[in-house]
Amino acid sequence: MKRKKLAVLSLLSASVLILGGCSSDGDSSGLSIEVPDIPMHEAMGEFEGELNIVNWSGFVEPAWTDEFTAQTGCKVNPRVAGTSDEMVTLMRTGNYDIVSASGDAALRLIVGGDVQPLNIDLIPNFGGEIAEGMKGNVYDTVNGKPYGVPIGRGANLLQYNSDVTGGAPESWDVVWETDSPYAGKVTAYDAPIYIADAAVYLMYHNPELNIKNPYSLDADQLAAAIDLLKQQNSIIGEYWSDPVAQITSFVGGNTVVGTSWEILRKFAAKENLKTTLPKEGSTGWYDSWLVSSTTKNVNCAYAWMDYTSRADVNGAIAMNFGMAPANIAFCATSEKAQAHCDEFAAEDEEFFKQVWPWTTPIETCLDGRTDVKCTSFQEWTNAWLTVKG
Amino acid sequence: MLRLSRATKAFLLVVVAIVLVFMYAPLFILILNSFNESQISGWPIESFSTKWWIFAKDYQPIRAALLNSVLVATGAMIIASILGTLVAFALKGFEFFGRATVNLLVVLPIALPGVVTGVAFSNTYSNFLSPAGFNIGYFGMIVAHATFCIVMVFNNVFARLKRMNPHLQEASADLGAGLWQTFRLVTFPQFRTAFVAGALLAFALSFDEVVVTIFTAPPGVDTLPLWILKEMARPNQASVVNVVATVVILLSLIPVYISQRLTQERQ
Amino acid sequence: MSTATESRPISTYLFRRPRVRLFSLLALPMTWIVGVYILSLFLLLITAFWYVDPFTSLVRPGFTLDNFQAVFTEPAYISTSLRTLWIALAVTILSVIFAVPLGLYMAKIAPAWLRNALAVAITLPLWAGYLVKIIAMRLVFTEEGFFNWLMAPFGIKGPGFSMPIVILTLTYLWFPYMALPVYTAIRQIPTNLFDASSDLGARGFMTIYRVVIPLITPAIIAGSVFTFSLSLGDYLAARFTGGATQMIGSMIAANINLNPPMAAAFSMVPITFVVIYLMVARRTGSLERM
Repeated sequence: MKRKKLAVLSLLSASVLILGGCSSDGDSSGLSIEVPDIPMHEAMGEFEGELNIVNWSGFVEPAWTDEFTAQTGCKVNPRVAGTSDEMVTLMRTGNYDIVSASGDAALRLIVGGDVQPLNIDLIPNFGGEIAEGMKGNVYDTVNGKPYGVPIGRGANLLQYNSDVTGGAPESWDVVWETDSPYAGKVTAYDAPIYIADAAVYLMYHNPELNIKNPYSLDADQLAAAIDLLKQQNSIIGEYWSDPVAQITSFVGGNTVVGTSWEILRKFAAKENLKTTLPKEGSTGWYDSWLVSSTTKNVNCAYAWMDYTSRADVNGAIAMNFGMAPANIAFCATSEKAQAHCDEFAAEDEEFFKQVWPWTTPIETCLDGRTDVKCTSFQEWTNAWLTVKG
Repeated sequence: MLRLSRATKAFLLVVVAIVLVFMYAPLFILILNSFNESQISGWPIESFSTKWWIFAKDYQPIRAALLNSVLVATGAMIIASILGTLVAFALKGFEFFGRATVNLLVVLPIALPGVVTGVAFSNTYSNFLSPAGFNIGYFGMIVAHATFCIVMVFNNVFARLKRMNPHLQEASADLGAGLWQTFRLVTFPQFRTAFVAGALLAFALSFDEVVVTIFTAPPGVDTLPLWILKEMARPNQASVVNVVATVVILLSLIPVYISQRLTQERQ
Repeated sequence: MSTATESRPISTYLFRRPRVRLFSLLALPMTWIVGVYILSLFLLLITAFWYVDPFTSLVRPGFTLDNFQAVFTEPAYISTSLRTLWIALAVTILSVIFAVPLGLYMAKIAPAWLRNALAVAITLPLWAGYLVKIIAMRLVFTEEGFFNWLMAPFGIKGPGFSMPIVILTLTYLWFPYMALPVYTAIRQIPTNLFDASSDLGARGFMTIYRVVIPLITPAIIAGSVFTFSLSLGDYLAARFTGGATQMIGSMIAANINLNPPMAAAFSMVPITFVVIYLMVARRTGSLERM
């Protein structure tokens, strides 16, 4: 059964190698990725009456779904997922229409043929006011075709306890080098995608490795990143995957420096805990709506994407979750909105230029190299398990 | 009374004290933290409040998770009680080739790590059953729980059967009672307390289980432990976990009380 | 009365044929355990030879030894396996060290009321919830937590989240499984055995070592099946109180979504450890005492 399906998929995809370059983002030009050819929705039809969503906690709340249901008659059934992997698994069950995927899940879903390209003309609210840095990125725009509608973004920042460190550390070296003054009190994000953070550090400090994109590592570059992670392992106090655990570690004094999100610092509610973006730059998560390739509720899905791209709705989601909204028109709507945008650097493209959005590593090198094969997420996962050995 | 030197007795008493402190101090800290006003647990507690108790009282997801836990644990308990008792009778009444293997098979599901059991079931469900068009869903979780609960009922019933007088059943048969009648009127009353204690243990084991549940719970279904685990991802209401944990501790007094009564009844 | 037998053909039939009776007792439970559980384990073993398509990351049937090769050759995976084994053994030993004196005190020294109270006291945490206890241990051993707060006047400082705390947490979780059978076994030792031992000149600790331990070994083995195997597969204790400690369970859990065949291959490691352990335990006849 499965074999047959796969054969059909690869047959469809084999000939479709469109060269990119039509996207607004310059650096993905020339890159082509093999993806299954799935038709896009041509024109809006009648609403199907329901919409099954896989989402991050806080993205789908009655405060804004009620109005949507009243307008369209589409009943919203949300399902909260805890990790990107869980989202991918859930989407592959075929029971869901739309997902709020981060970039590390999005490209996997696109390449796997689980989601369909989008007809942006049917989403009028997607347009002028979407933050420049969230348009046309490779995690949700492949071969010039858009697959995702941006929701919001956030950076992986360096959080520090200023009682201990004094000022803000200028460099990530406090979490990577064994002579760190905070050895044993360092925290790191517990997921394979964290390998990219090592790559970002190496891009700055070891230019001879020639890393151009932290998600596009050949075997040697991956090995260098893993070596750095193994070195870091000796000074790690705790790896975190549960936000509550990370917060209690910072508040409880187990952790002095390490990866964090702005929203976690806010929840910790301690004066002495601060965040900074060190000189090497960082990684970050950019979330978008992606529509299942087998959805039965495609009109409701499009209506939902349009509705949640509206400045006020997009802002409500961003404020509820604690991230920078994709639609920056929201920022001007009120003083409170502006304060939120400032806190999360929503309009600060200079800030986000230093942030590499989470992207699933695939065999095709995302930095445009064609002479080598890059390491896939599968290899990242296996390598990640060797770090903590 | 045992003749032991004063020093030895003192040493034993110290060990007992250490064990008790070790077992109860963490629970005590946790219970106190359910009254912590802060979102984040900590020590010492700066200000006390009942706001998380009030918040938890009307919080729907907790009720849904509790209901799921009770349903799954009840289902698992019923299945495990029947299967565990059957095995106990087989091993008690018969000497046969493979007896030790049957014993091993009953113990295996609890002895193998939960993550293996969970992964094995989820592998069967998602890589074999669902491609075959069979979606087991909610029942899959009950099946998995029942499997590792069998041993609890088996142990209790088997231990009691070993101490029972087999002649009573023979006498009953001699008097013309059928197997079912003998079981109902003679055998069952003798192991009833062990049976209830075993079933109670099975219920508790299932109610508390989290690792197997992580891998076998269908999308969108949370049991109480699963809900607590997921709550670790929601920093804005972290303290509500302490409230639920305190309630779980308090609820656990009920089965402990019942099994205590049962043991006393036995003696 | 004798007519009753004639009117119960099934009872009579079964009564005369113990084999059939045995079969009818075992049919249902064995179908369940073998047909559902053992079959699932077997399918898991098969999956361990499959592979994941790197392009679509879907599981594809096939035959590859790559997963097993990785498990047995990658130094990091081997050291994780050995560390887990060591943690499980340490938990078991620690449980015995505390369970024997506790059982001795309860069974042979404490007055009846205290004995019953202690029996309840050890059982209660068993019901208090697995996650609840892990969270509680996290609270206690946080840097600015209860333990360091309590010990500060003595100049003692906890090790922070690390392997020793994982061992302590797992001991906390599974200790009752050791303490209860040990206590029951010590209760069954006649008190005059102790007297005989001390009459022969053995001191307190010698008595424990020479008399008590051999008599309760089956109970210790029965308890150790729980403390050992439950620790072996655990990963949540390591996740919340282990800091950077990785266990086999963590590797299985990390792979279950991304690479199920790899997770299946990893699962074979604890299965092997536990089955060997059970085989040894079965030889001693301890399984029937569990």
